[in-house]
Amino acid sequence: MMKKMNRETVITAVILLAVLAGAFALDAALPSYHIAIKVVKKACVYSLVAVSMNLLNGFTGLFSLGQAGFMLLGAYTYAILCIPVAKRAGVYQYFDGGIVRFSLPEVFSGVLGGTIGPVVGMLCALLIGGLITALCAYLIGLPVLRLKSDYLAIATLGFAEILRAFFQWNALGPLTNGSNLLKNYPDIGGAAAYIILVGVFIAVILLLVNSTYGRAFMAIRDDEVAAEAMGINLAHHKRLAFIISSFFAGVGGGMLAMYMGTVQALSFKSAMTYEILLIVVMGGIGSITGSVVTSFLYIASLEWLLRGLDSGTFLGISSPIFKNGFRMAIVSVIIMVVVLFFRKGIMGDRELPDLFRPRRKAEKKGGGAQ
Amino acid sequence: MSENVLRLDSITMQFGGVVAVDNLSMEINKGEIVALIGPNGAGKTTAFNTITGVYEPTNGEVSFLGRPIVRNHPQGKMKKLYKGSDPEKFSRAPVLNPTPDRITALGMARTFQNIRLWKTQTVFDNVLIAQHMLRTSNVFSAAFRLNRAEEAAQRREVGELLEIVGLSDVKNELATSLPYGKQRRLEIARALATHPKLLMLDEPAAGMNPQETHELTAFIGRIRTEFDMTILLIEHHMDLVMDISDRIYVIDFGKLIAHGTPEVIQNDRRVIDAYLGVEEDA
Repeated sequence: MMKKMNRETVITAVILLAVLAGAFALDAALPSYHIAIKVVKKACVYSLVAVSMNLLNGFTGLFSLGQAGFMLLGAYTYAILCIPVAKRAGVYQYFDGGIVRFSLPEVFSGVLGGTIGPVVGMLCALLIGGLITALCAYLIGLPVLRLKSDYLAIATLGFAEILRAFFQWNALGPLTNGSNLLKNYPDIGGAAAYIILVGVFIAVILLLVNSTYGRAFMAIRDDEVAAEAMGINLAHHKRLAFIISSFFAGVGGGMLAMYMGTVQALSFKSAMTYEILLIVVMGGIGSITGSVVTSFLYIASLEWLLRGLDSGTFLGISSPIFKNGFRMAIVSVIIMVVVLFFRKGIMGDRELPDLFRPRRKAEKKGGGAQ
Repeated sequence: MSENVLRLDSITMQFGGVVAVDNLSMEINKGEIVALIGPNGAGKTTAFNTITGVYEPTNGEVSFLGRPIVRNHPQGKMKKLYKGSDPEKFSRAPVLNPTPDRITALGMARTFQNIRLWKTQTVFDNVLIAQHMLRTSNVFSAAFRLNRAEEAAQRREVGELLEIVGLSDVKNELATSLPYGKQRRLEIARALATHPKLLMLDEPAAGMNPQETHELTAFIGRIRTEFDMTILLIEHHMDLVMDISDRIYVIDFGKLIAHGTPEVIQNDRRVIDAYLGVEEDA
C-alpha cells in the first residue's frame, strides 16, 4: 500500500517514538508529582490548544482570540461529568450536591470493568466537552464569522470573557458550582498517557490539514477572493475551521482540567489566550511542529528551568536581583530575541519532516514563501 | 443555430449616482471566443464582476445555459436614484444573487486582472485546490482518507492539466516564483480545473510584452480546441483581440457602442472615436 518510505519519514517516526519512549521512562523513574512529569503534561495540553489555534489563525487565516473561552467549556464539561458521585456532596457543598448525579468514569466502570471503564469514561467526557464546545462555536460563529481580522478577534475575545463571567453566575451553581472550585475528579494517567492522547488528536488535525479541506483552508488564508472565485464556499469553510478548532480547544481544556486537578472559571482569563497566541506565533504561524516544540520549550522554561531566576539561585549563580518577577523579565527578553531573529517563528511554515529534506529544496520553500 | 451559453439582458450597474454599466445586453454562443473591449474606465471589469457574482447588478438579468442565474431590479433607495432604463422590466421576477462560488459551481470560471494565485502553495496545489469544489467527500471522509480514490483521480487530472498547459516541469515550485507569463497560464489552468463550460479571462495579456502576448494568443486558441471551451475575454491588446475573437463587443462609458466581427469593429467610426478621441470641430 504505502509508497516507499523516504528518509525524512523514517527519521520523523524515530523521533516521535523516542519521545514516547522517553515519556514512559519518565513515568517509570519519577514519582507522578515530579516537576518533569508536570511539565510534560502541561506542555502536552498547551501543544494541543496551540495547534487548534494554529488551525484557525495559521491555516485558515481567521484571527480569533476565543481560545480560553472554549477551553473553559471543555474543562467544565470534563470536571462536571467526572466527579465521583460519592464526592459530589463535598464539592457542591453550597448547592446541595449539584444536579448532575452520575459520573461517567463510574458509569463505564460498571459496564466495562474497573480498569478500562474509567479511562473510557474520561475519554468520553473529553469528547463530550469537545462536542459541546463545537456546538457553542457553531452558534457564536453564525454572527461573528461575518467579521474580518481585528474585529473577529475582538468579538471572540468578548465572547470568551462573557463565558467566564457566565460560568461564575450563582444561579448556575447546581451545575457549575458558581465561583467555587470543581475538584476531586480523576486524572487519566502520567506523561506517556498525555503524550499518546495529545498525539492522537494532533494527528487528526494533521490529517485534516493535509486533506482537500486543509488545502481549501489555506486557499482562503492566501486569497479569499480567489478562493471564492474557484468555488470554495467561504462561509461554510470558515465555519468548519472555527468549529473544528473549537472542538480541539474544548478537548484541550478538558485535559487542562485533568492536569490542574481543580477547575475555576477565574483561571481562564484572556491572558491564557495570549499565552497560546504567543506560542503559535513564536512557533511559526502555519507550522504544527512549531506550535508543539514551542509549547514544550515555553512551558519547560517558564515552569521549571528558569524558576531559579525567581528564587535566588540560577545555574549555580546567586544574585540579589534574582527575585520574584525577574523570571518574567528574562522570558520577555527571550521572546523579543526569538521574534527578531526568527521573523516567521522558530519553524516558519515548515514541519518536522521538512527539516530532514535535502537542503536545497528546503531553502527554496522557505525563501520563496516570504 | 448554436447553443447559447451566456446572455446578459439589460444589465445596469449603478454605484450611488454613477452608472458604470448602462443597459448592456450581450450573448455568447457555444464554442465562441467573444471579447469585451473598451477604453480605460469603460466598465468592462464591472460588467465582468456582475456576471461572476462579485457585484449585484442594479438592474437586469444574466442567464447561463438558458437558466437565469443573476437577476435584480432597483430596490429601496436605488428606486429614486436609478438613472438607467427599464426599471420595471424585472420587478416581478424574483431577485437572484448567488455568491461567486455558486456561480463557479454552475460552470463559469474566471481569472483575475491582477494575478491572484495562492502564494504559499505550489503550482500543483494551486490547481489541485480548484478541484476541491468538485469533491464528493465530506470533512470526515477527507480527514480520515476515505476519499483516496477521488483524491488520486484529482491528482491525476491535475497532472494531465499541467502537462497540457506546459507547466508540469515546474509543478513543485511555489506559484509566485514563476515568471509572469507562466503565472497567467497557471491561473488559466486553475480555472480549467473547475470543469467550466465558460472561461472568463480578465485582461489575460495585461503587463505582457509582444512576444508573451503572441504566445498567449496561441495558448487561448489551443484551449478552445482542446477543451471545446467557450471563452469571454476582456482585453486591451488589440492585436490579441483581433486575432482570436469571433465577435467583439465594445463599450464606452458603460454603454454598448458597437458589436460585430473584428473586421466590422476595426472599421466602426464610433469605436475609432472612442479609442482615439473625437476632434472638436469634426
